[in-house]
Amino acid sequence: MSAQSDLLLRGVRRARAAIAADLIGQLKTPRGWLTLVLRLRAFVALITIVVAFSVISSDYFTGSNLLVMTEHVAVVAPMAIGETFVILSAGIDLSVGSTAGLVGMLTGGLLNNGLILHPLGIVVWFNVPLVILIGLGIGATVGAINGAVITKLGVAPFIATLGMLSVARGLADLRSNGNTFPDLAGTSQDHNTGFGFLGDGTILGISFEIWVLVLVIVVAAYVAKRTVFGRRVYAVGGNERAAELAGIRVHRIKIGVYVISGICAAITGLLITSELGAAFPDTATSYELNAIAAVVLGGTSLFGGRGRIGGTVIGAFVISFLNDGLVLVGVSSFWQLIAQGLVIVTAVAVDEAQRRRESRVAASVASLIEEVAQSNEKVLTA
Amino acid sequence: MTALQAGSVVLRAEGISKVYGSTLALHGVDFTLYRGKVNALAGENGAGKSTLMGILAGAIQPTAGRIVIDGEAVELDSPRTAGDRGIRLIHQELLLFPNLSVSENIFAGCELRSAAGVRLREQERRSAVLLEQLGQRINPRTVVGDLPVGLQQVVAICKALAQEVRVLIMDEPTSALSAREVESLFSVVRGLVASNVAVVYISHRLEEIIEIGDFVTVLRDGRLVAEAAVPDIDAHWIIERMIGHDPETLFPHESRPVGAALLEVSDVSLLRPGGNHRLDRVRFSVAAGEIVGLYGLMGAGRTELLETLVGLQPRASGQVVVDGAHVEHKSVGERISRGLFLVPEDRQRGGLVQSLSVKQNISLASLDSLQTFGSLLGRREVSNANRVATAVGVKVADIDFPVTSLSGGNQQKVVVAKALLTDPKVLLMDDPMRGIDVGAKTELYRIMQRLAKQGMAILFTSSDLTEVLGMADRIMVIASGRITGEFSRAEADAQAIVAAANPRAIPQAA
Repeated sequence: MSAQSDLLLRGVRRARAAIAADLIGQLKTPRGWLTLVLRLRAFVALITIVVAFSVISSDYFTGSNLLVMTEHVAVVAPMAIGETFVILSAGIDLSVGSTAGLVGMLTGGLLNNGLILHPLGIVVWFNVPLVILIGLGIGATVGAINGAVITKLGVAPFIATLGMLSVARGLADLRSNGNTFPDLAGTSQDHNTGFGFLGDGTILGISFEIWVLVLVIVVAAYVAKRTVFGRRVYAVGGNERAAELAGIRVHRIKIGVYVISGICAAITGLLITSELGAAFPDTATSYELNAIAAVVLGGTSLFGGRGRIGGTVIGAFVISFLNDGLVLVGVSSFWQLIAQGLVIVTAVAVDEAQRRRESRVAASVASLIEEVAQSNEKVLTA
Repeated sequence: MTALQAGSVVLRAEGISKVYGSTLALHGVDFTLYRGKVNALAGENGAGKSTLMGILAGAIQPTAGRIVIDGEAVELDSPRTAGDRGIRLIHQELLLFPNLSVSENIFAGCELRSAAGVRLREQERRSAVLLEQLGQRINPRTVVGDLPVGLQQVVAICKALAQEVRVLIMDEPTSALSAREVESLFSVVRGLVASNVAVVYISHRLEEIIEIGDFVTVLRDGRLVAEAAVPDIDAHWIIERMIGHDPETLFPHESRPVGAALLEVSDVSLLRPGGNHRLDRVRFSVAAGEIVGLYGLMGAGRTELLETLVGLQPRASGQVVVDGAHVEHKSVGERISRGLFLVPEDRQRGGLVQSLSVKQNISLASLDSLQTFGSLLGRREVSNANRVATAVGVKVADIDFPVTSLSGGNQQKVVVAKALLTDPKVLLMDDPMRGIDVGAKTELYRIMQRLAKQGMAILFTSSDLTEVLGMADRIMVIASGRITGEFSRAEADAQAIVAAANPRAIPQAA
């Protein structure tokens, strides 16, 4: 028996060596290098952007500008990270921009006017941590409604969240009749000062927004990769029927990803509102497009089941650094739109090409293994 | 060979090979078609029949080899070019539009046009003529979805005949037909042959090949293993060449002690939205140590029954008892934890999550036992997945490889490994042998026997008589949603099973 297992083990080692040789051989050829570049394309794109703008403008690659640009990333990236979970589950959330706007207006209203309980004739004031929690709760609620409409009413995610995009924006406008809440500083007798810290504060010399970004990335990556929920999200997105047959409660998972997306959109909404020091009803309008673009650039498949949080983060950097660079060198905002559109479509085209290449390599590797296994069996039975 | 040379050759495929990723679907196959003859093609699932026919019909491009028509090498790069050469394929699933009328189906893709649009009347007139030629009285305006399958088959043939036909390929045309419908199909085929069409006839039913075929070609594992004129051979000859060895060695059966009933099903019914029964008061039980085969034709209710048992059909009624506990009101997940697991019919559709690795697929149904406070226990997942993967013999260098890099048989073992990790008492397997090669079949059957020996109750379905007769300790036959026959291994007889599975022979329930 031990002789047999030893023989099998040797076979496996041989197969592994052969695979390694095969892959290395691929890398040695120009086509192989292409594979590597394709696999790291979002990263390559980011470096290209940084190098190109550094050449064009001496103001681009400076410590202060990099920090400012990273703060911009920190504002939009949480929304994109939330969107990643939805897209991994083979859904889409178009309502994130409006959700951020709604959260901004409702929290802005709470800071500005407090919660007015008309029948009792009293005004309740909340302190800033509570206001933030309420803001996140509003995001979660919007997400839960999206999830419920999609799973319980059977409405396609595109339509359900398109409806929510409109409804949430309308609610944001209604809150103030389309006006701005101009002053979110709060007063000490109402114990609600300090909201500005979210957008402008620093810890250890690094802006609070960047700390938030790091926290969101770490938590999201952990949830996606190391939790049962994360694994189930991948399974539901990869093959819903197989997930159902494995006993997974598909509806719960789907509602969960929209709740996450709503919470992440709320984070973005709170950061923007705090940074501006005022709540505008049209905050984060059309941000959903940037969020989806970052996810796709990061290599997450719109068909669900494949993708990484880290990819989305790099995607968010690419989009933000590209836009800021175009602003810095004085290109008109119309060209920014065109550049962004081209980047997104190119990214998806490259994605498809890479997937075809990788499946070819994987298939040849697998056939090698089976051949080795079969030859082992022949040796064993002989 | 004189008989072979007697007919005149209309088409010859020479040295055809086809590679799909890691699998060699066809390996240097020569295939000759004779004018005015029925050229039967036999072979097991996965032998390469459908691939070869797809190549002849231009739907699949061969990796190597060439096709010669009337002595001239041609390139069939699309179904349209093949169609222009008079080659028509009737797909096993017919591929008709159930929402369109008979004449619209017949002329779909080659509509008769005038300046004012499609000439519907003319299409209907010509459809009626075609149907008349086949001796069928069908109104060309009938919606195809309302016709019985046998008549839909006739419509599919008419569709092929609406244009010039020199080669007509019929892929498993009788798999859903009753005995009477088969007879009338055969008379249609004889008529076509008489008008000099070369018919390619693919069937699992060997007695049909013997009855209607002129020449037979046998494929096995993508290679041509034999060809002969039908009068020179018999069904046994075909079986031997299809399987490559004795059926007994394909499924080496051994008897096992049978224990208490682990799965008891009574009065399970499932209504179609229209009100007909898809399942009609199904009642049976499977005991520990037993391997029970459920035989039925396409659409008989096999898949519906298994789906109902695991909880995918919430509208079903009746009792399902697993090891003494009622589960009929439980969710899929709760039934899995009670010990009931389904290995579904279609690996790609329901068995695997293609975007996940081998390991992640294996652990998918057991994540609750691999976590603390929602976090996955990575090491336990790896060791558990490795344990069951080894137990069923999944051949993979590393369980972190994508599951799609495995062959069909190996993928099926991954699904079984996933089931094993949930520690099932009752294992349901819907057509487990479909699309895997002969070696993997024997191996999978060995695994099933070992599990049964350890006290598991196994219920599998199949529409392949060889499989059911070879594998099952007990055979149940389902037709029109009802259990219509039950045979022990000793008394099982192919003819009786086929008779029980024939839906037309059953008197309608009052």
